[in-house]
Order: sequence, then C-alpha cells, then structure tokens
Amino acid sequence: MSTQIRPAPVRKSTFVNAPQDRAFDVFTAGIGRWWPKSHKIGPADLDRPIIEPHEGGRWYELDVDGTECELGKVAAWEPPSRLVLIWQLTPEFTYDANLITEVEVTFTPEGDGTRVDLEHRDLERMGDKAETMRETVSGPGGWPALLELFAAESAKQTKGDMA
Amino acid sequence: MLEKLRDGPRPVGEIARGLPVTRPAVSQHLKVLKDAGLVTDHSEGTRRIYCIDPKGLGAMRAWLDQFWESALDAFALAVEAEHSKKKEGK
Repeated sequence: MSTQIRPAPVRKSTFVNAPQDRAFDVFTAGIGRWWPKSHKIGPADLDRPIIEPHEGGRWYELDVDGTECELGKVAAWEPPSRLVLIWQLTPEFTYDANLITEVEVTFTPEGDGTRVDLEHRDLERMGDKAETMRETVSGPGGWPALLELFAAESAKQTKGDMA
Repeated sequence: MLEKLRDGPRPVGEIARGLPVTRPAVSQHLKVLKDAGLVTDHSEGTRRIYCIDPKGLGAMRAWLDQFWESALDAFALAVEAEHSKKKEGK
C-alpha cells in the first residue's frame, strides 16, 4: 500500500523588542549577522548570504573567496511587513533549480516590538532528496552538532556586543 | 518510533513492543506525528495501522524545524543587539 505523505509546514515565531522596519531590515540586509556560518554550499568559507531587495531578486551566498552560490529567489518583497523566499536547497544543502519550496516571513507590530512569523512550506517536494539526508542528520558531524556550536557562538557574540 | 515505521506499516501494539514506554504514551506520540503530517493511519478491522513515508521526509522536516528554531533565535538576538546599540547612541 502506498500512502502520500504531506509534511505540515514548519512554523516558527519569535518576538523582538524592535520596530517592524528594523526587524525586517535585520532579517534581510542584516542576514549575515544571524545566519549560521556552517550552512553554506560553496567550498570556501561563507562571508554572508545576500537577499536582493526586490521581487524576483536573487538570494545567494557570498563566500570569502568571492564565489556566489544560488540559494533561491525572492518571491515577495513587501517591506516592512512581509517577505517570501524561494528555498531551493535540498536536504543535503545543495542548490536544485527544480526544487521550489517557500519560506514566508511576516513582521507584525505588537506592543513595543514586532512579532515575526516564519513558515517553510511545500516540504513534500523535497521527498526524493530526503532519503540521503537521513545519513547526514544522524551522523556524528551532522547538523544538530553544528547547530549547537552555532548557538554557543552566537550567544558569545551577543554578550560581546552588549559589553 | 519513526525508526520502527521505516520498514513498513505497523499496528500500534507492534510499534509499542520493545519500547520503554506505555502503549497510551505510544498512541499519544503517534498522534503528535500524525498532526505534523509525518505518519498516516487507517483501520484494518479493529486495528489501527500506522505508516511513515519511505522517503525520509520526517527526518528532513525535523531538521528544518531545528534549523529555523536556531536561526530565528539568532535573528532575534541580532535585532535586539542592534536596537539597543542604536538607542544608546541617541
């Protein structure tokens, strides 16, 4: 028996003590300040990801050696309230022009700050690529380990900024 | 639990066997997985049969869930670090 599986979208929310336009600005122009350096495609170290500030723009990574690697496209550019990125990365973190999944991010004023809601959807389209990912995820050098390193590092940096 | 379902559809009792948790706990966990769209179920007589996709979408979704969780946390820290710096500057 074959059953079609449609994973629910990944939904995440956070609240920031900053105005809507600043939150949008840090998410887009300032993406290099929060995107995990370990999440890159090219062989060289990651300088920063870049989101071109218009609909239809490129979303790519710029490496320290000047190489540019595509990550996807900008499907909606509506500052300061909404952004839709086309995420064209496979579960192995490689670019696939045929893979279209959407990441929608909305910025909503709330009290003295901004609520940020993120939804990554169309995940079933990754199905054919997902099998190999299981190995990547479960290995000792897999993403969970890298993410822990990243969390520790960003906490350190934040403390440094505040000092 | 997803490991157990990897090889094919299973009834609850068989999934629970060998796991160090009660059967109601297993059912509860399966409900969570079902709500997340990671397993499906159907009836065969009195039994409820659970299936997982053979393509590993569950692992992929779990990875993205963790990725965006960490990324948004880092984003929030970056926003607030910048915002407090700006305020001090004024």
